[in-house]
Amino acid sequence: MDRREFLKLSGLASGYAMIPAFLKPLETYGAGPSGREASGKKKLVMIQFLGGNDGLNTVIPYNNDVYYKLRRNIGIKKDQVIALDQELGLNPAMTALKELYDQGYVSVINNVGYPNPDRSHFRSMDIWQSASSSTDYLSTGWLGRYLDSECQWPYEAIEIDNNLSLAMKGKKRSGIATKNARQLFEETKAPYFETVAAYVKPEMLDDDNLGYLYKTMLDTTSSAKYIFETQKTYHNTAEYPDTSFAKELKTVATFINSGLGTSVYYVNLTGFDTHVGQLNRQESLLKQYSEGVAAFVKDLKSTHAFEDTLIVTFSEFGRRVEENASGGTDHGTASNLFVIGGNLKKKGIFNSGPDLLNLADGDLKHHIDFRQVYATVLDNWLKADSVGILGERFVNLGFV
Amino acid sequence: MATPVEYIQHLYKRFGFGISLEEAKQLKPKKLGEIVNELFNASIVAMPLKAVVIDSIPKVKEALSEGMSKKELNKLIHTYSENLNTDWIRQLGTTRAVVREKQTLFWHGHFACRLRNPYLVQELNNIHRRFAFANFRELLFNVSKSAAMLQFLNNQQNRKQHPNENFARELMELFTLGRGHYTEQDVKESARAFTGWAFNRDTFEFEFKEKQHDAGPKTFMKREGNFGGEDIINIIMDQRQTAYFLCRKMYAYYVSDVVDEKRVKELGDYYYANAYNTDMLLRKIALSDWFYAPQMIGNKLKPPVDFLVTINRQFNIRYESTGTWVLIQRSLGQLLFYPPNVAGWPGGKSWINSSTLMLRLRLPSMLLNSGTIDIEAEDDDPDDGIMAMSHSVYKNYKTEVDWAGISAMYKNASLEDLATLFLGRDPAPALKTIINTDTGSTKELVLKLVSLPHYQLY
Repeated sequence: MDRREFLKLSGLASGYAMIPAFLKPLETYGAGPSGREASGKKKLVMIQFLGGNDGLNTVIPYNNDVYYKLRRNIGIKKDQVIALDQELGLNPAMTALKELYDQGYVSVINNVGYPNPDRSHFRSMDIWQSASSSTDYLSTGWLGRYLDSECQWPYEAIEIDNNLSLAMKGKKRSGIATKNARQLFEETKAPYFETVAAYVKPEMLDDDNLGYLYKTMLDTTSSAKYIFETQKTYHNTAEYPDTSFAKELKTVATFINSGLGTSVYYVNLTGFDTHVGQLNRQESLLKQYSEGVAAFVKDLKSTHAFEDTLIVTFSEFGRRVEENASGGTDHGTASNLFVIGGNLKKKGIFNSGPDLLNLADGDLKHHIDFRQVYATVLDNWLKADSVGILGERFVNLGFV
Repeated sequence: MATPVEYIQHLYKRFGFGISLEEAKQLKPKKLGEIVNELFNASIVAMPLKAVVIDSIPKVKEALSEGMSKKELNKLIHTYSENLNTDWIRQLGTTRAVVREKQTLFWHGHFACRLRNPYLVQELNNIHRRFAFANFRELLFNVSKSAAMLQFLNNQQNRKQHPNENFARELMELFTLGRGHYTEQDVKESARAFTGWAFNRDTFEFEFKEKQHDAGPKTFMKREGNFGGEDIINIIMDQRQTAYFLCRKMYAYYVSDVVDEKRVKELGDYYYANAYNTDMLLRKIALSDWFYAPQMIGNKLKPPVDFLVTINRQFNIRYESTGTWVLIQRSLGQLLFYPPNVAGWPGGKSWINSSTLMLRLRLPSMLLNSGTIDIEAEDDDPDDGIMAMSHSVYKNYKTEVDWAGISAMYKNASLEDLATLFLGRDPAPALKTIINTDTGSTKELVLKLVSLPHYQLY
């Protein structure tokens, strides 16, 4: 007997209609903001490269002898680089991104990192996701705290994944993780859960643990229903490359184009931990990334949603300047990141490229704290209070 | 004087991984003191984990020179890491020394450590288990001198000429005093005292490297002397704040996430006065009236490992593959030996979000219906042994439960009996009605109970 059968057999479906009056507010928020309100809202799409992307082979200092000296085997040859200016150029796999760049949709921010960098994947990921310093340990993420202070419902931040990243976890509420709106909806609409939910008394929602469980359950159920019913009103016929990353971006585009009241999306692309045989692997990932993003931008432009969308791509760290003996690179520190949008105030190369003569223990020094990027996005784009969310004031970079 | 069954169940849930209805009823005629004694006495033995031996994992250079590829080495590390994890889950699910394992789990989070070499973290875990009830000073000395901690907190790089402050800082911030109870100067000076604390790369035994040690005078916590690492630890143990810090954490772990500062003070003073004897402290908690107050019972969120171990014990679930255990731990956010960072798992409400809760509510019926576990888990940390294998693992392993046996066991149990057994406290009367409605078999009744949000509490 499987679960559904059991639930059917137990006759609980009959309790479906018995939703007490006090739950109505919870139910009505299932309607969410009207499509009009939602479509005017700014959207942020965070793309995280998992594993530590090698920034130096992504945005290549192709006129720098030190680069070629330290990367005799994996340095990208000058004639293959897609030049952006006299100093920097893109990895040859990124032609699709170059097209966006030429239209003024891309800003490349160089040398982004933080003081006392940590070379452990999980620790550095935590630092980026919680927006902490390298000596602090926070159990909430920066977008979770955005949800806490600026939002009402969990669906306002969605991660296209089965697990929720620390970045999306707040104290009061956390975002929703889902790859498939229908599946999430099916999981929450088991009649047994609905029947149980119908028996929740208002006082049970008070701040003890059981209330928290019920509240999370009701929030998830309503959010799942709202996401599913809203996104199905939009039939997405745009063409995307046949990769899982591109499919995830297509899901985001469908959500955005359907008028879903979500302001933050989080997407991951994994496999960047290139200690061995870096060239082919990284190129294949950067190609997936560029082509996926290009299709996504095209899709959003067709519905005029692109001007309200900002895409920020980052990784937990860059890699060492000098290649290792296995045709790869080891964990490093500062790196570049991409900001992509239809409404950028600063386009092109934001700041000068890496200084390869001035390294710290063979690693790049950071010039821009990643929290300056976050602060700019929070204040200028999401119109939130960056000081409250990040705990201190960071310099606004003004790229949006 | 008899002891209420609810008390016995509460005691066994918080200081162990639950007790069967039958056993709880058998203990009922005894006094609480006697029951606590028996429970703690069952934990005198400490069974170390032995999934990995010292030369299971060859050194990278040696392995490569002997023709092993990096991929093969990663696979080896993955296999041993997974065995270590599942050996512990198995031990948690079968041992009678439950209080010792519960306290080992506490130290596992307190002294959080994450390394590529499973042998080192296994040995650290065995220290946590061996000294689980000992005086905290002895535990702290052994942890501080373990290869795992020296490596994890970079004390191998802490040398006279270039002190590395990582260990000294975490020692005070996370292991003993807590933030705000030491100065940056204390961090700098104590880091100097720990210079030269290292381990031998072949034997993994502690080594004091005198040449790298800074023997000069230091000022630490307003005291002056040519302090070494031992002196620093002793000075930290002299601070009453250390006892309060540890007791606050143990109160949150055993009693309630809502910490009662009055109790913390009371427990801290007791712990301090008794030379940080952890055995005495835990017994004191287990014997306190307030531990059994109605608002304490069934009102704590189960950590994922407690959830898994408890359901395994309650239903004696047989798994086609122990890989399912790894999958569940990962998906629910607590994979043993892989704490999120040096601070350990934050616990409490942070276990619950929309994804973990929906999975938690579905898991009992998935596990108990002899179904397959269809959770997708992704690789998020390519450098870690246990996660190193593939980008996306989709497992489809079966489980089996002997429902005939379970139904026979609960044949004469009342709904109230089963509710307190599985939920800790009686659910609201209205909820009882829906549980009872159209419920034909014991199996259905039990499945309904364990699918309630209440089952996530203990």
